[in-house]
Amino acid sequence: MIALKLAFRNLLGAGLRTWLNVTVLSFAFVVIIFYNGMLNGWDRQGKRDTQAWEVGQGQLWHPTYDKYDVFSIQDAHGLMETREKQLAVEGKLTPILIAQGTAYPEGRMQGVLLKGIDPEQKILKIPSHLLKQTATAADDATATDGATEVDVHYAIDVHHAIIGKRMAKSLKVGEGDQMLIRWRDKNGTFDALEVKIVAVFKSDVPSIDNGQMYLSLQTLQQMMDMPGEATILVSGTEEINGNLGNWVFKDLDFLFTELDEIILSKRAGSMIMQSTLLLIALLAIFDTQILSIFRRQKEIGTYIALGMTRAQVVGIFTVEGGAHSILAALVGAVYGIPLFMWLAAKGITFGVDDMGITMAETIFPYYSLGLIAFTTLFVIAAATIVSYIPARRISKMNPTDALRGKVN
Amino acid sequence: MEQKSIISITNLTKEFPVGKGHFTALDKVNIEFGVGEFAGLVGPSGSGKTTLLNIIGSLDTPTTGDAIVMGQSISKLSHKQSALLRNHHIGFIFQTFNLLPVYTVYENVEFALLLQNMSSGERHKAVMEALEWVGLTDKEKSKPSMLSGGESQRVAIARAMVKKPQIVLADEPTANLDSKNSHHILQTMKKLNEELKVTFIFATHDEKVMMYLNRVVNLADGRIVSDERVMNHVKAQ
Ligand SMILES: Nc1ncnc2c1ncn2[C@@H]1O[C@H](COP(=O)(O)OP(=O)(O)O)[C@@H](O)[C@H]1O
Ligand SMILES: [Mg+2]
Repeated sequence: MIALKLAFRNLLGAGLRTWLNVTVLSFAFVVIIFYNGMLNGWDRQGKRDTQAWEVGQGQLWHPTYDKYDVFSIQDAHGLMETREKQLAVEGKLTPILIAQGTAYPEGRMQGVLLKGIDPEQKILKIPSHLLKQTATAADDATATDGATEVDVHYAIDVHHAIIGKRMAKSLKVGEGDQMLIRWRDKNGTFDALEVKIVAVFKSDVPSIDNGQMYLSLQTLQQMMDMPGEATILVSGTEEINGNLGNWVFKDLDFLFTELDEIILSKRAGSMIMQSTLLLIALLAIFDTQILSIFRRQKEIGTYIALGMTRAQVVGIFTVEGGAHSILAALVGAVYGIPLFMWLAAKGITFGVDDMGITMAETIFPYYSLGLIAFTTLFVIAAATIVSYIPARRISKMNPTDALRGKVN
Repeated sequence: MEQKSIISITNLTKEFPVGKGHFTALDKVNIEFGVGEFAGLVGPSGSGKTTLLNIIGSLDTPTTGDAIVMGQSISKLSHKQSALLRNHHIGFIFQTFNLLPVYTVYENVEFALLLQNMSSGERHKAVMEALEWVGLTDKEKSKPSMLSGGESQRVAIARAMVKKPQIVLADEPTANLDSKNSHHILQTMKKLNEELKVTFIFATHDEKVMMYLNRVVNLADGRIVSDERVMNHVKAQ
């Protein structure tokens, strides 16, 4: 208690030097909280977007499917059993069929990942409803011959497709453009078809956009000669939390791995800047401590003469150095809180286009109580430690030398 | 006049390392002080006065020999024990006052009591009483920087006296004061010595101090060269 009171008196008494240290430390404080708040905001928004656009409440993968191996796609498809079909009807999951193909926009050639998605699905934000097509050639004999399954492939001459803005850029096409696509069906036979881009959607999740083209599920199934089959099933409910028959359940933790890794690496990268700033501030405190212990020998001697043990005097100087961090927290709060509140409300918009990573255009920093509490405790602890290290010298001081101001 | 011994020093030698060898600051000193003495260690600069005072105050330890202060052997005390001895029983007064600049007069005086288990009510009473002894009750809220030298030393006396110690060690207390202030604080100390039976030991070469002493111990080169009891005509007023 005496130590704390004395600490603040001494710090405030030291004037400019204290405020210099406090300002630098408060800056470190604010930057650390700001940066981590940004990463937290990114993380939250990224996960929310990834869920909304790609992973739902988890995915069920065909056992041979491997997201990172394009060659696995050829064999990664299977029939949906009754149970899966029922869940799809209930809107609790939606199947996606994935196949490889080639697009020929204006005669150029480019590989694409074809994805068949149910136009009725509501689980993902992908605007699949735009893929709904009624057979314009409905009176065509082949389409109305009473067959149980309408052969859309031949009933419709131009098929609707949607792509993301990144894909549109890479194909150099826009809404309304048409192009030929070619693929090999299940049996290895090449086939071709004309598609029309009916929409270019905008998503912050590049992994559902880059190199991909969405067709209606039924169309792709017919193209591939894989009726009723899918590659993955996207779950829209927390009820599904394990494998369904052959379908292997992938939970959110697994599906977020990539995003987690990106953010972790950003966090690690920013650590260098954060620790450098903190280090500068701590160095200033360390320096102040050394100087003040050297300058205030007589005071140290007086404390001991008044009946303090050397350990208590070490305590006084440690608390005094550490108290810089408390002042820094207060000063940081004065300009940091309004700044953080403003940023959290307005968000931070990055002008640059994404670099293939899931990141919202405008990030709203998220400052959790945990982040603020942890940062504060960490900075207080760090400041106290760097204050303690020079203060330890006091315990080796001879009080008579200290009183004479002769310690060097 | 026979008094109960409160400080007993036997064969005390203090050496300081200097270069490869050492310097003998006190050389086989033998001396006793009784309760209620108003004694002075007198001698030229470098004769060992401060060194002896520091050892009595348990701020330093003898190289050989021993100092028994209030029944405790200074050479055998732990840091904690010597801190406790100083905190409760020994008051220090320095040539340069050594007040804590960030504290008010009141807080400077209160400081030593904060280390003891004392209620704030008791502390307040003791601090006000000590300020009354030195005549500074009206300056309790002042900071040391606003005080004159004489006032500062009176605060230091109050700080040394507030815990009602048995021994007060005053190292050249008048060296930074003018004649008028010197007499003022000496009279204050003499009065406290007579009223509270506190033992005062001075280190000084100031003639004014000597006028008040009832014992003069002359030191030269770390040895006691004379030890005389004197009857001084200067009385506390
Ligand atoms: N820590 C020390 N190291 C070396 N020499 C010292 C130390 N303290 C005191 N001395 C020497 O011991 C002698 C006595 O010092 P001191 O007791 O301060 O004398 P006085 O108070 O009578 O002027 C002086 O010569 C001084 O230089
Ligand atoms: Mg001296």
